[in-house]
Amino acid sequence: MIFDLFVFAGSGTEILSGLLMTLLTWASGTALSLALGLVVSVGLVFGSRALRMLLRGYVEVIRGTPFLVQLFILYFGGPYIGLTLDPVPAGVLGLAVYGAAYFAEIFRAGFLAIPSGQIEAASILGLTRGQVVRRVQFPQMMVVILPALINMVIILSKETTILSIITVPELTFVVKGIGTRTFAFVETLLALALGYWLLVEATSAFGKALEQRIASHLTR
Amino acid sequence: MGAIKVVIQNLPLLLQAAMMTFILSLVATAIGLVIGSLICILRHSKRRSLARAGAIYISFFRGVPLLVQLLLIYYFLPFIGIDVPSLVAAVAGLSLCTAAYLAEILRGGLLSIPVGQREAGEMLGLSKAQIWRRLLLPQAVRLMLPAIVSEVTLLLKASSLISVIGVAELTRTGQNIAASTYRPLEIYTAIGVIYLALNLLLAAGGGMMERRFGLVRQ
Repeated sequence: MIFDLFVFAGSGTEILSGLLMTLLTWASGTALSLALGLVVSVGLVFGSRALRMLLRGYVEVIRGTPFLVQLFILYFGGPYIGLTLDPVPAGVLGLAVYGAAYFAEIFRAGFLAIPSGQIEAASILGLTRGQVVRRVQFPQMMVVILPALINMVIILSKETTILSIITVPELTFVVKGIGTRTFAFVETLLALALGYWLLVEATSAFGKALEQRIASHLTR
Repeated sequence: MGAIKVVIQNLPLLLQAAMMTFILSLVATAIGLVIGSLICILRHSKRRSLARAGAIYISFFRGVPLLVQLLLIYYFLPFIGIDVPSLVAAVAGLSLCTAAYLAEILRGGLLSIPVGQREAGEMLGLSKAQIWRRLLLPQAVRLMLPAIVSEVTLLLKASSLISVIGVAELTRTGQNIAASTYRPLEIYTAIGVIYLALNLLLAAGGGMMERRFGLVRQ
């Protein structure tokens, strides 16, 4: 066999649309799971006993099962309980439900990292509970949990490849298709691996810069 | 009622597949520990080029999605003339990937032991091998145990991806049963429960090992 890098010739638009779909599912999945994770973490920290147990169950089940199986339940099992979704919305929803469980644990750790003396002091000064969370806890915990948040965002970027299995036309799906068409599996997959590697390293470098900027007052 | 029946009917098959998933994960971890140790040694080599190679290995296998790694290995081995069953390709892929994470865990464990201990060992006349065997490794293993157990849990979940290259582990077996019984919701839920149980089993095993060897003694 020969190693032929011209297998991508003429597939430019196809690859571009795959890349866009990867970025779209990644961005929307991350945004949704961050929002949902924050809500869940607030419930985990401040909720009633029953709510806390319910949310704990959700987090443990999601973190104890493979993302692929969760996707299968949602995409193939969903229609049997009246939840029929196209691949893309199913993929984004799956990412959101999956990521939220991990983000919730990160946020929860952040809430617990702020000394209770500060919260007591703030409430004595007359801040409402919402104000305490928004103006005392949240700004400080963001500094503490930023590395963990960035790490999870990177993990989610890699999980988007799994959406190809439920036929979401993202980058892995498209490149696999080109491989099948041209029989040049090794060339296409090698290029794909390098592409993801680049994406992850770039995100990681961006995250490090962000950490340094936000936590600069701590390292001085 | 039918839901429970279809799961019970297929339970022997599912449990057999679960066994496969469990053993595969443990085998991949064992091989990954060996490769990971080598990478860790490479990473700390005094020769810059070797240290660089170790760093690139870790960066690549942690940066590229596992699914892409698995597909690449599955197609790459025949490409260079090595024809292996998909099971071997799958174990190779999982081992190479987990090795990168384990190498970082080993590195963290070894770095956390104060240099003074090694120096004290040398002063007392212990040989290099003795320092490793009696001083560094016993302490490092204790420190690393929780991280290693959590890596095995991650690997167990990640092993669901080898269903894509046709290995009849838990997820793949579930896909086949779901297709033949038209009951995907029930079967996939059952599979989720089995993964959860396997993870609890691992966590319990890890807890036992930590109590036996770990830093927390009763």
